[in-house]
Amino acid sequence: MAEVSLKNVVKRYGALEVVHGIDLEIAHNEFVVLVGPSGCGKSTTLRMIAGLEDISDGEIAIGDKVVNMLPPRKRNISMVFQNYALYPHMSVRENLGFSLKIAKRAPEDITKAVDDAADILGLTELLERTPAELSGGQRQRVAMGRAIVRHPDVFLFDEPLSNLDAKLRTQMRVEIKKLHSKVKTTIVYVTHDQIEAMTLADRIVIMKDGHIVQIGTPLEVFERPVDTFVAGFIGSPPMNLIEGSVKDDHVVFSDGRSLPVPPDFTGKIANGRRVVFGFRADVLMPKGHTLAESGVLHDIDLTIDMAEPLGSESILLTTLGGQDIQARMHNPRPVTSGEVLTCELHLEKCHLFDADTTQSLRG
Amino acid sequence: MPSRTKDILIWITTFMIMLIICMPGLWIILSAFRTNGEILTKPAIWIPETLTLDNFRAIFGYGENVVGVPVASYFRNSIIISATSTFLAVFIGMTGGYAFARYRFPGKGSTFLWLMLSRTVPGIALSLPIFIIWSRMGIIDTKFGVILVYTAINVPFTIWLTEGFFRQVPQDLNEAAQIDGCTRWEAFWKIEFPLAKSGIASAGIFAFLTSWNEYALASQLTRSTDSKTLPVGLMDFTAQFTIDWAGMCAMAVIIIIPALILTFLVQKHLIAGLTFGGVKG
Repeated sequence: MAEVSLKNVVKRYGALEVVHGIDLEIAHNEFVVLVGPSGCGKSTTLRMIAGLEDISDGEIAIGDKVVNMLPPRKRNISMVFQNYALYPHMSVRENLGFSLKIAKRAPEDITKAVDDAADILGLTELLERTPAELSGGQRQRVAMGRAIVRHPDVFLFDEPLSNLDAKLRTQMRVEIKKLHSKVKTTIVYVTHDQIEAMTLADRIVIMKDGHIVQIGTPLEVFERPVDTFVAGFIGSPPMNLIEGSVKDDHVVFSDGRSLPVPPDFTGKIANGRRVVFGFRADVLMPKGHTLAESGVLHDIDLTIDMAEPLGSESILLTTLGGQDIQARMHNPRPVTSGEVLTCELHLEKCHLFDADTTQSLRG
Repeated sequence: MPSRTKDILIWITTFMIMLIICMPGLWIILSAFRTNGEILTKPAIWIPETLTLDNFRAIFGYGENVVGVPVASYFRNSIIISATSTFLAVFIGMTGGYAFARYRFPGKGSTFLWLMLSRTVPGIALSLPIFIIWSRMGIIDTKFGVILVYTAINVPFTIWLTEGFFRQVPQDLNEAAQIDGCTRWEAFWKIEFPLAKSGIASAGIFAFLTSWNEYALASQLTRSTDSKTLPVGLMDFTAQFTIDWAGMCAMAVIIIIPALILTFLVQKHLIAGLTFGGVKG
């Protein structure tokens, strides 16, 4: 068990730099999720922590030991791979016990450790099978068992759920979370799925193009995105983002309509400044179909293009400022295309970003 | 067409094809147990009247007509040369194939292509230059000289075959083994080697058969009982005016038997190797 610390870590392949000086401190027993679109450098970062990729510059420490030059086997880490990477010529028992066998532990210790891990993950019935005889979810559990059996300092997960179907993924997500509460260990988890990131993480690290864009708890990155990228990436549906310019504490959009700037920003934004107005579908609701919430409300008439009923609520598709945006309707009723609904916008939950730098204008 | 008729037709066709393929082999085996006189009779006698082991007695130096062919020496030479060159070719091919499958290095594509192109050159075309170089180096008529040539002939093929097998083994397995505590070398031996062993076994059997059966180059590079292999030794049965067909066929049978035994021993791997079905995750 240990903390992980990355200081100005750089990865270059020849002249191509893919990770540009990352700083990250991961606390003891913390569950950190690296999330971002493909090619953002998250997997490379994980592989550098594992020692499967060299570090071009900077420093990685696990516990109080700098591991830059240490091979994977000396870092006391374990890793769950995207395609499980189970040894196909070994039984589940041999797969689980492999690392202990390599470490030359006594056979009875190995048997006990394997039985314990199998017990935690519900693999006891499957110990004598080979990986080819297991289902996807079972293979995933064996891969996790192989990781926990040796009580490493740090667990690394490289998109472990992306090969599973949607239902199994939800189930395994819960199991991973349970596992973390059972075997208290530092976990670094890579995914491109923001829902996985939100549900699993103590802290989320959002990466883009080899940079860290934001680090924060799931609620922090959800409620206070630092820029339009995070705003659009975290949350489902993504945040509505509409560009406009400020005039007398209002943001005027290209179609001439306008919204007042959120109360936090009143009087702080100069006239003529180009901004992006952002709000989630959850804070724009048709009158009579809101959640009973108080706050600074602003009424706006919107022409509904389409409704997507989800049962307990509907997602309404409409346009504002030339942008397709989404609103949420609670206790839904059927909505016809072209219908005009008066919607309430919770202004204090809206965001303003600079249109040029894309950065949040919240200080 | 009724399926029964179709079945019969397929069987007849298969039988004819197999007959054509197997006839020469069958003829050699039959002739090995006949007298020279019966072999040379015209028209040919298909069903032997008497079977005899005299031909085998003769080449091993028993009985009345002792043949002056040192079969035991040739056999020993063949075993040493084939086994050594196979071992070397498999070892070099395996490490080379692994490198081509796993590592990036400059000139990888063209090196691989040249290795494959080297197989398009008929070995006999190289026999004269090899002969000259070998004789300058003083390794004509040595087992070492032949082993060197056979290893060189086999390496491109073993590299090609094992490369394909190592490429089928996911890179993740090696990485998982490294994280589980292996060095790269241990990861290779404990994980990747067992998973690719069908391919390595196929490469081995092909290399062995190539070396075991090779005649053209060995006939140039060997002279005496120090290095002559069995296929070259077959020519000892031709004298200026006569050919001892019976003895030759008996020796041919002796050449075939070890190759057959070996092939049967590894045939499970061989089939897996040829169908590339050996590795599934």
